[in-house]
Amino acid sequence: MDALDGNAIGGLLIDVFGTEMTAARSTCATCGDSRPIAELVVYRQAPGTVVRCRICGSVLMVFVRAHGAIGTDLTGLASLSRPDRPLSRRPG
Amino acid sequence: MSPVSRGFQHLRRAPAAEADRVPPGQHMTEGFPVLSAGPTPHTPLENWTFSVTQDGQTKKSWTWAEFQALPAETVTADIHCVTRWSKLGTQWRGVPVDTLLEAAGYGARYVLAFCDGGYTTNLPVDDVTGGKAWVAFGYDGGPLPPEHGGPARLLVPHLYFWKSAKWVRGLELRDHDAPGFWETYGYHMYGDPWKEQRYAGD
Amino acid sequence: MERTAVRGRLTWQVATVTSVTRETDSVVTIELDPPDWPGHRAGQHLDVRLTADDGYTAERSYSIASAPGEPVAITVERLESGEVSPYLTRELRAGDELELRGPIGGYFVWEPADGGPLILLAGGSGVVPLRAILRHRRRSGSQVPARLLYSARTLPDVIYRGELDQGYDRAQIIYTLTRSQPPGWTGHTGRIDQALLAEAAWAAEANPLAFICGPTSFVETAAAGLVGLGYPPEQVKTERFGATAGR
Repeated sequence: MDALDGNAIGGLLIDVFGTEMTAARSTCATCGDSRPIAELVVYRQAPGTVVRCRICGSVLMVFVRAHGAIGTDLTGLASLSRPDRPLSRRPG
Repeated sequence: MSPVSRGFQHLRRAPAAEADRVPPGQHMTEGFPVLSAGPTPHTPLENWTFSVTQDGQTKKSWTWAEFQALPAETVTADIHCVTRWSKLGTQWRGVPVDTLLEAAGYGARYVLAFCDGGYTTNLPVDDVTGGKAWVAFGYDGGPLPPEHGGPARLLVPHLYFWKSAKWVRGLELRDHDAPGFWETYGYHMYGDPWKEQRYAGD
Repeated sequence: MERTAVRGRLTWQVATVTSVTRETDSVVTIELDPPDWPGHRAGQHLDVRLTADDGYTAERSYSIASAPGEPVAITVERLESGEVSPYLTRELRAGDELELRGPIGGYFVWEPADGGPLILLAGGSGVVPLRAILRHRRRSGSQVPARLLYSARTLPDVIYRGELDQGYDRAQIIYTLTRSQPPGWTGHTGRIDQALLAEAAWAAEANPLAFICGPTSFVETAAAGLVGLGYPPEQVKTERFGATAGR
C-alpha cells in the first residue's frame, strides 16, 4: 500500500484546525525540512492517521478519533505557518 | 443522521454460521487489508536479528538462520483489527514466544515489542505465553510478505491486531506496563476485541 | 467562496445525483446538485460518504472534474477490489442521494492569476483535477500556455478522450500509452521518464508551474524528473492517489 500525501487529509485538517491547511507550511523538528502539509507523507489506513516527514521519515503529526474527540499529536513538528491575511479570490 | 445510500451493501456481514467468531463491532473480510503507520522496512535477512532484552541488556539473540532452526508451528487463527475488519481462519507459521522467552530466561510481567521502523506495542507476558503468541514468518503457506510484516511479525490473535506488531525485531522485558506507539496516542493498553477495548477508557 | 473557511468546519450535505455518464468501461462521471455548494476552485476535491442500512459507513475523496462555475461533478474509476467505487460506478443513478462535503484543498489548485506556462502530468485517473484546471483555463480565457502529458494503459482507458481531442484553446495534449497501443500508433509508449519529460515538458527557464496527479509511484517519478530538469520544487505541485487511484 503506497503512502498518500497531505492532500488526502484536507478534510481531516479542516475538522482539526477549522480551516484549509494543506497549503500551510510545516517544519520537521527532527531534520528541519520545511514544505507544505500537502507534500508530507500520509498513512491513513491505520488505527489513526500518521503524517511523516518526506525527508527523514519522522512522525510529524498523529490524529486519532475516539470517544467523540479528535486527538492531535504535533510533537514531531517544529512549527506550522500560514499566510496571515485571508486569501481573496475576488477583488474588492 | 446520514441517509442510507440506496443499494449500498457492505459485503462484510458474518454469515450466521460464523457470527460467534466475530467480536462485537467487527465485520468480516475476505481480503487482507494492509494497514501501516509508516513505510515498509526492508531489512536484509543477513542483518536481521530477534532479541530478548531487559534493562538495556540483550539476554538472548537469534540471527535469521538460528531463528529458522527453532521448532516452529502452524497456526490457524481468527484475527481482528481495531479498524473493524475480522478475517477468519488465517494460516501462519511461526516460533512460539514461549520458546523464545524460555531460552532467554525471564521473570517479567510485561513486554514491549520493538520493530524496524520504530513501531512498538506493549503486552502482558501472560498474553504472549501459554501458547497464545508466536513470532510468525510464514503466512498462507508461503513466506510472510513485507507489506504484512515480513520477514517476521508478532502474532497474538486473541488481542486486536495492532498488538501483532509487524517487522518485529525483539521483546523488551519490563516490570511495568508502558504504552507503545498506538497506546501512546489513545489506544487501549490491553485490547481485548471481545470486550471492544479499542481506546483508553473502554 | 470563502464560506467554508468562515464557518470553520466542513459540514456534510446530501446532494442529488443529476447524472451518471460513462467515460470508459470502468470510469463514470457523476454530476451532483448539492443544496449548499459554496463554489470550488480548479484542482480541489470533495469527500463522499456512503451509509449502509446497518449504519456502516465508508468515506472516500474524489477530485472535482468540473471547472469553477460549472455544476460540481466527480469522475470515479472502478477498482474491482474496492468497496466504494463499484457502488458509485455500477449502482448509483440519477435521482439518488449522495452525501458529500467540500470543496477541500488549497495547495493543489490553479487560477489564471497564478500564471504559467502550465505543465500538467496525469497518471491514469489523475487526469481528473487536471481536466478541471484545463476547463477553468479555457472558461476564463487565460492565454497561459498549457500542456497535458497523460499516461494511460491503453487508448480506451483515456478518460475524457473526446473532449481532450477537441482541445482546450490551444493547450497541447500528449499521450503516452503504457500497456498497449492501437495499430498505427505514432505517439509515445511506456511510462513517463526523464527522457519523455525532457522532450515534452517546458524548459525550466520558462519558469513553468507543474501539477502532477496520479498513483503515488507515478507522481514520485514525474516530480523527481521535473526537479531533475531544473524545476524549482515549490513550482511542482503533487497529488498522490495511492497505489491504485480511487478505491
